[in-house]
Amino acid sequence: MSAFAQSVATASRLILEGNPVLVETVLLSLSVSAAACACAAGLGLCSGAWLAIARFPGHRLVVTALNTLLALPSVVVGLMVYLLLSRSGPLGSLGLMFTPTAMVIAQTILVLPVVAALSRQLVGDSLRDGGDQLRSMGAGPLLCALLMLVHDRWAVITVLLIAFGRAIAEVGAVMIVGGNIEGVTRVMTTAIALETSKGDLPLAMALGMILLGVVGLVNVAIGLIQRGKGSALAGVR
Amino acid sequence: MDDGCAMPIFGSLLELENVSVRFGNVMALREVSVRIAPGEALALVGANGSGKTTLLRALHGVVSHSGRRTVLAAAPHGRLPVQGMVYQRPFMLRLSARNNLRLAAWLGRLPRPSWPDRIDAALNRVGLSGLGERPARALSGGQQQRLALARAWMLQPDILFLDEPTANLDPTAKREVEAVLASFSTDGVALVISTHNLGQAKRLASRIVYLEDGQIKVDQPTAGFFGVAARDAGGTVDLFLKGELAWGLE
Repeated sequence: MSAFAQSVATASRLILEGNPVLVETVLLSLSVSAAACACAAGLGLCSGAWLAIARFPGHRLVVTALNTLLALPSVVVGLMVYLLLSRSGPLGSLGLMFTPTAMVIAQTILVLPVVAALSRQLVGDSLRDGGDQLRSMGAGPLLCALLMLVHDRWAVITVLLIAFGRAIAEVGAVMIVGGNIEGVTRVMTTAIALETSKGDLPLAMALGMILLGVVGLVNVAIGLIQRGKGSALAGVR
Repeated sequence: MDDGCAMPIFGSLLELENVSVRFGNVMALREVSVRIAPGEALALVGANGSGKTTLLRALHGVVSHSGRRTVLAAAPHGRLPVQGMVYQRPFMLRLSARNNLRLAAWLGRLPRPSWPDRIDAALNRVGLSGLGERPARALSGGQQQRLALARAWMLQPDILFLDEPTANLDPTAKREVEAVLASFSTDGVALVISTHNLGQAKRLASRIVYLEDGQIKVDQPTAGFFGVAARDAGGTVDLFLKGELAWGLE
């Protein structure tokens, strides 16, 4: 049996038997990444909208820096959060190291630039179309930008899906700040890394397939919601 | 930029005095003075780049300028006039027509209990009463322009600024929009319309301002503008009226 076929068989077996460790790991992966995305959405959408309208000395530099942070390596984020949360770090007294909360913080930092940079672009483009008109109706600049997030809500959901994809697929940050403790901070990506290091490649590959399947299901669910709304908006330009 | 409010001066809602607008190295308006009286319909005409839209935006107070813009408390009960603006391409949020009007009511700070009646009346006024729940962006160009008019009318404006409101519409939609505008004018709303369409200016306006190179060359009642007096004004107005203005001058 080839390694790939063996991986498929292993993945099927794990799913069919409802392996409790797998379920727990998948749920932790989903909850940590969803929480990180929710935090990044709150901060990133507001800061992206603000950056779309703000004009100050160094604005261009800030935007360039933000776009550069799209390539932020997850290991660097992990190290940064580790230095902040470790016992000798400035936030060490909070005792968050090797907890899911630390993982959420790390993933939030990782995906925040994605949400902020893409939403800034989105809002900026829409403001060029209709910003003047909203302002002439009495909306202030920040309110105009926030209204554009409502206007572009389906594109915003796509931005959040991209952020969720980046969060749930990363391994470096959660490995460093979570520690890959079974039943506590082990998520799918750290489990895959562990099985790979142990040499159990079919199981590692099977876990990878399951992770992709879970993310695929999330995308399908959101796609169905969008399609439902989309049919109601048929013909909308 | 000097925007001010003042006690009523007989016959004016809004005045510009020696207003100039500069965009970088380009002088879009030069020392323009104009008054808007209650209930009048003023058409701003001129070639492309003559400053029509800039003058409209300066009148609406949404562009930085030098000189003086004065909004006068000459509306009913001595209050400052309510202003609305309708653009060539109305921007509708990806919401239903009714929700776009709700948003306008909210931004216009209308009392919330009055929203349903005002929205129904506005939709009815522009002939869209059956289309309130339709997505605004699924409406045709003419319907969207009428929705934009409803959005502005709902706030009960004393002055309505219109930037080439029918430029992108087919003849039927143009007639529909013009009919709505004529009814607004009959109700006493002052209209300030920027337009290339001389027929429309003739049909809707009681007074015409002709702009050339950012300056007002002619400011006359409609009948006078299309008569001999405007042709005697010199400049390009005669060529403009004949539709013979050369590209170089435009």
